[in-house]
Amino acid sequence: MTSGDVMAPIRERLGRRSGVWRGLYAGNARAVVERGFRVIRTQNWAVIATGFFEPVFYLLAMGVGMGALVGSVPGPDGRPISYAMYIAPALLATSAMNGAIYDSVNNTFFKLRYSKLYEGMLATSLGPLDVALGEIFMALFRGLLYAMGFLAVIGLMGLATSWWALAMIPVALLIALGFASLGFAVTSFMKSFQQLELVPLVLLPMFLLSATLFPITVYPEPLQWVIMALPLWHGVELMRQLSVGFFDGATVVHVGYFLVMSVIGIIAASVRLRKLFLR
Amino acid sequence: MQRVPVIEARELTKTFGDFTAVDAISFEVAPGESFGLLGPNGAGKSTTMRMIGGTSLRTSGSLRVLGLDPEEHGPEVRASLGVVPQQDALDEELRARDNLIVYGRYFGLPLSYLGPKADELLEFAQLTEKANAKVGALSGGMKRRLTIARGLVNEPRILLLDEPTTGLDPQARHILWDRLFRLKEQGVTLVLTTHFMDEAEQLCDRLVVIDKGRIVAEGSPQELIRQYATREVVEVRFGSARNAEMEGVLRSITERIEVLPDRILLYDDAGESLLDEINRRGLNPLTSLVRRSSLEDVFLRLTGRSLID
Amino acid sequence: MTEVSFTGLDHAALARRTRRWGWLQYAGYRQAAEKPFFWTAFVTALGNPVLYLVAMGLGLGSIVDADVEGVRYLWFVAPGLLVATVVSTGAQFGTWPIFAGFKWQRFYYSAHAAPIEPWQLPLGEGVAISVRLLVQAALFWLVAWAFGAWPSASSLWIVPIAMLAAMAMFAPLMAYAATLEEEGLQFTFVQRLVVMPMFLFAGTLFPLASMPIYLQWIGWLSPMWHGTQLARVASYGLAVPGWLLAVHIVFLVACVVGGLWVAAHTFTRRLVR
Repeated sequence: MTSGDVMAPIRERLGRRSGVWRGLYAGNARAVVERGFRVIRTQNWAVIATGFFEPVFYLLAMGVGMGALVGSVPGPDGRPISYAMYIAPALLATSAMNGAIYDSVNNTFFKLRYSKLYEGMLATSLGPLDVALGEIFMALFRGLLYAMGFLAVIGLMGLATSWWALAMIPVALLIALGFASLGFAVTSFMKSFQQLELVPLVLLPMFLLSATLFPITVYPEPLQWVIMALPLWHGVELMRQLSVGFFDGATVVHVGYFLVMSVIGIIAASVRLRKLFLR
Repeated sequence: MQRVPVIEARELTKTFGDFTAVDAISFEVAPGESFGLLGPNGAGKSTTMRMIGGTSLRTSGSLRVLGLDPEEHGPEVRASLGVVPQQDALDEELRARDNLIVYGRYFGLPLSYLGPKADELLEFAQLTEKANAKVGALSGGMKRRLTIARGLVNEPRILLLDEPTTGLDPQARHILWDRLFRLKEQGVTLVLTTHFMDEAEQLCDRLVVIDKGRIVAEGSPQELIRQYATREVVEVRFGSARNAEMEGVLRSITERIEVLPDRILLYDDAGESLLDEINRRGLNPLTSLVRRSSLEDVFLRLTGRSLID
Repeated sequence: MTEVSFTGLDHAALARRTRRWGWLQYAGYRQAAEKPFFWTAFVTALGNPVLYLVAMGLGLGSIVDADVEGVRYLWFVAPGLLVATVVSTGAQFGTWPIFAGFKWQRFYYSAHAAPIEPWQLPLGEGVAISVRLLVQAALFWLVAWAFGAWPSASSLWIVPIAMLAAMAMFAPLMAYAATLEEEGLQFTFVQRLVVMPMFLFAGTLFPLASMPIYLQWIGWLSPMWHGTQLARVASYGLAVPGWLLAVHIVFLVACVVGGLWVAAHTFTRRLVR
């Protein structure tokens, strides 16, 4: 074994840092991302490919089948659009939400409690913030892949009528960031697998009721306000506006909602970071 | 060059809710020393180890590792540590060699260094043929060796081993002891937890016995045996029914006696002559055995004989 | 130290009883093991019908222009939603929990170390899950009744129909799950390429006939579609020719019986080698 001190420059760099973050962050989130890509490289490509199928199948079945029953629905600008056009952006927003929550809650919990992956990472000079940033980046990368695939299908089916639809990809990432950071914070409170089962109890109603499958005008007005408080509704509406390239004052509110949610989520996740990783 | 301790714990305490896992323990570890934490399950050994790495936050007390507080300087402290956790915690999604390389990247080491290093460590762990095997396909002993190899990737100054040989077969245990002994010869400070007495006797220069979060004894293996046991132990069995009634008779022969449900232990510096005396008096034990006393006797004496779950 | 008492149990009699009733003993044990999950399961079983009926029956129904198959949308969709919900439970229990029994928790091995025989285990699983399916279906029926989703009392038949359809999904999946040695990607593929399409093309929210003909075959292979059609016959008297009615029933029964039969073999092959 060699005795040349390979760690000396690294220790020196780590030693130069100062401030409250020095115990939590080593400035090496890149290593966690590298690990993620190494895993993807060894992964079965069919898994990634079939991941596209779910929202696409959903879109086909609902668009064609329900479309035959529903006819047309008023679009963001008030003009009627087909049912498939109506739900496609909503399904993209929902899949961004589901993917982000799955990564930040189920996957994180599993890696924390079962596979002990994070225990291994934190035995090195990585800090919890490196791990969190690296994992959030990987979650967003997966989200990016799926959003691009889904948008391609939307384009091929002629369900988007504006070049603004391209902006649905960064918006999908913004939605994912908001949900993923909150998801991290929530996971820090979780103790058992039974508690994980509570997550769908929140997500499923949100998906079914956030004006994804039918317009919000269906509800009586007080209920409309409740729906408008939910994050997914803002994501869905924003996506819809992008798909036809129509914007109004509400656009600013939708974007603002997710910006604020992401900031709050990141702060909450940072505050809970020690509780999540260090016990 | 220096005799400043590499690890210095003062009144180190960790509580989880009402439960005190580590109760105001103090100890020091000198550079190059091999230091053991001995204790039954749940005594607080693993928690202590995790506090040294800064991945468990202490409740009170002070802790210095290489002169730094691991909570404030976690990344910096761990840069000099090699950690072998109780559960292997290998990356199941990567192959054996990639486990070493990716782990090295976590320390910020360059790939140009890690390639040859990974091959060297695989050889050290006798896993060269398994370089491209999936972790799930490795046997328990192989995983353990890979975990130890992984803990060496950053050429650590201190190696923390949490029950390194639990669950291994005898061959694997001896290979491991050999590897650890070589590291010690190369100047690596070893800190290990174990509940195997033979392991502690083999590897540790000095050890503390921990029970219910407290240090109950401290010293070299030989010192502890001398202090808490005798040089030899005679074990005799008279059958469950007769053991108790023999106690009085035996007390007249030697002073230190412990009556267990299935056998009686007699502590004495000259075991053989004591056994001769028992036979001369015609007590006729069903079985008898004279052996060197071991850390096991110390351990059971200090931590009690009831089962700990 | 205490002594273990030997009171002279009649091992032969115990073995005889287990040989006959082992599947029931095992079912009881499985029921007990689900206890920690009871409240989540109960809340889900009560909450799902409310949620689906509000979202699909009322929300989606309000934008459906005309009657579907001659009845209002709520009447049309309620039988489909009940069957879909119960069948998904069947599908869910046919995959990971079975795999876990062999690989993670290994309770099949401990049951097999007792005098229970391998074929009794899938049967016991089936019985244990039936109880849960029954509760779920009955709760759904009650909630939907409060929504006014049932035009007739014969809609009560939907409860056993949904149980049958769920078992038709559960049994073949269980037979397959017992053959998997490692937590690979098989379940991911089964979920994405088999189960999910079967759900989407089961005619739950819209008649299968509104899909292009080259996709309808997916529904024909789906226990969920056969169950849904039967449920609609029971609820509002969907007009189905007699031969097709027979096909629906035979298909479902064949899936259950065939699935259990194959499962008995795959369990035996896994446990006795």
